[in-house]
Amino acid sequence: MTAFHCVESPRRPADAFYTKTLPAGEGWMYDLEPGQVLRIVDLEGNQAVDTLFFDADNPEDHYSAVQTIASQGQIYLTAGSVLRTESGAELARIVADTCGRHDTLGGACSAQSNTVRYAHEKLHMHNCRDTFMLQLARRGGTLTKRDLAPNVNFFMNVPVTADGSLEFADGVSAPGRYVELQAQRRTTVLISNCPQLNNPCNAYNPTPIQLIVWDK
Amino acid sequence: MEVQWSKTLRPGGKWSGAIGRGKLLRFTALGDGANVALLLYNARDLTERYNMPDTLKAQHVSRLTRGNVLMSDNGRVLAGIVEDSLGWHDTISGLTTRELTDAKYGRTRFQERRNEWLRSGYENAAVELVRNGLSARDLGPVVNLFSKVYCDEEGRMHFQEDHCREGATVTLRTEMDVLAVLSNTPHPLDPRSEYPSVPVLLEVLRADPLDPDDSRDECLNFRPENRRAYENTWEYQLLLE
Repeated sequence: MTAFHCVESPRRPADAFYTKTLPAGEGWMYDLEPGQVLRIVDLEGNQAVDTLFFDADNPEDHYSAVQTIASQGQIYLTAGSVLRTESGAELARIVADTCGRHDTLGGACSAQSNTVRYAHEKLHMHNCRDTFMLQLARRGGTLTKRDLAPNVNFFMNVPVTADGSLEFADGVSAPGRYVELQAQRRTTVLISNCPQLNNPCNAYNPTPIQLIVWDK
Repeated sequence: MEVQWSKTLRPGGKWSGAIGRGKLLRFTALGDGANVALLLYNARDLTERYNMPDTLKAQHVSRLTRGNVLMSDNGRVLAGIVEDSLGWHDTISGLTTRELTDAKYGRTRFQERRNEWLRSGYENAAVELVRNGLSARDLGPVVNLFSKVYCDEEGRMHFQEDHCREGATVTLRTEMDVLAVLSNTPHPLDPRSEYPSVPVLLEVLRADPLDPDDSRDECLNFRPENRRAYENTWEYQLLLE
């Protein structure tokens, strides 16, 4: 697997059964059936899409960034990557990707991490973890903050060097680039369309994304 | 300094327990090629726990060593690394599962092997989490003490085989009352086909209190982000006590 690996999709938006535009700062929670395909479109470029996955039939088994990357021996996600749970189960596969590289080490911004990373005065700013928690509150059920493990950051570029440094770099995405995931089992998807204004993960300009779902 | 308590983690062994703030946790590899997976939770509020991404991005690192702190998902310092003979501890590779353990070292069951059966990190952690009122949902990225995994320019992960030598040490200083969960199980990317059998010694000692004005403390002064995380922690303690 190379670091930038672009695979176009044969699917046409006209054949999809679900389409939604999600503004920055908002969340989305959706259950994919096995075989269904979700496309996330970076409409205006360099947006960060913080995404978590749960086994819908066993929500305690959440997406695991470290299981996913250790299993493929590669820290970046792209077409061919298999997203796995803590127990190693397959949740979804990336089946198309016109961006070529996605991060899963950078996690989601929170009010508290913003105070650490930028300044105590940033506590009030909207953030991904608040979006995740509002989605969990609205849905009800058993998921809580305990289930918010490290996520995927679609379209985000977080290079790591051989000597152990990690940076948030300018985006590698562009308007209209997309990534597609095919569910391998019933999979709950939880998205925060990132509202971060303090770093270049979204070029300091959070923008809408489009979500498209095809039936199997 | 006086050792208050010590415990040797057998190969395949596990341990969990609450440890108060202001303690030193000194880990010593009693052989070459040790690996101990570590999870930390706030002992007063178990929903607060070690957060790998927040820890790495705040300190602009992809590995942990002296001067780094282990941050919680609430922007606080659970513990800082105050001494380290190795220079690199992995936190991006996770635990071995049962499937991986069986595939790599051969299938073992208690039935045939009794207590020589080969334990997996996932199962060890799950048991200790349930013991403490938590469950597998509370799993997240661990710190793999004594192991080095570095990434090349393409993002490929490489396990450094000759990293940990017998006698290697790393010492954490707790800044909060923590629940520690430990598993002495192989690193998932360790290519050796023999199940590693390296005991690890854990000793707990009293730490000198951290002075907010200490301009030499490496954990506090590593980056401004570290200081703000310590300030968040002290604010939390002030309101509790």
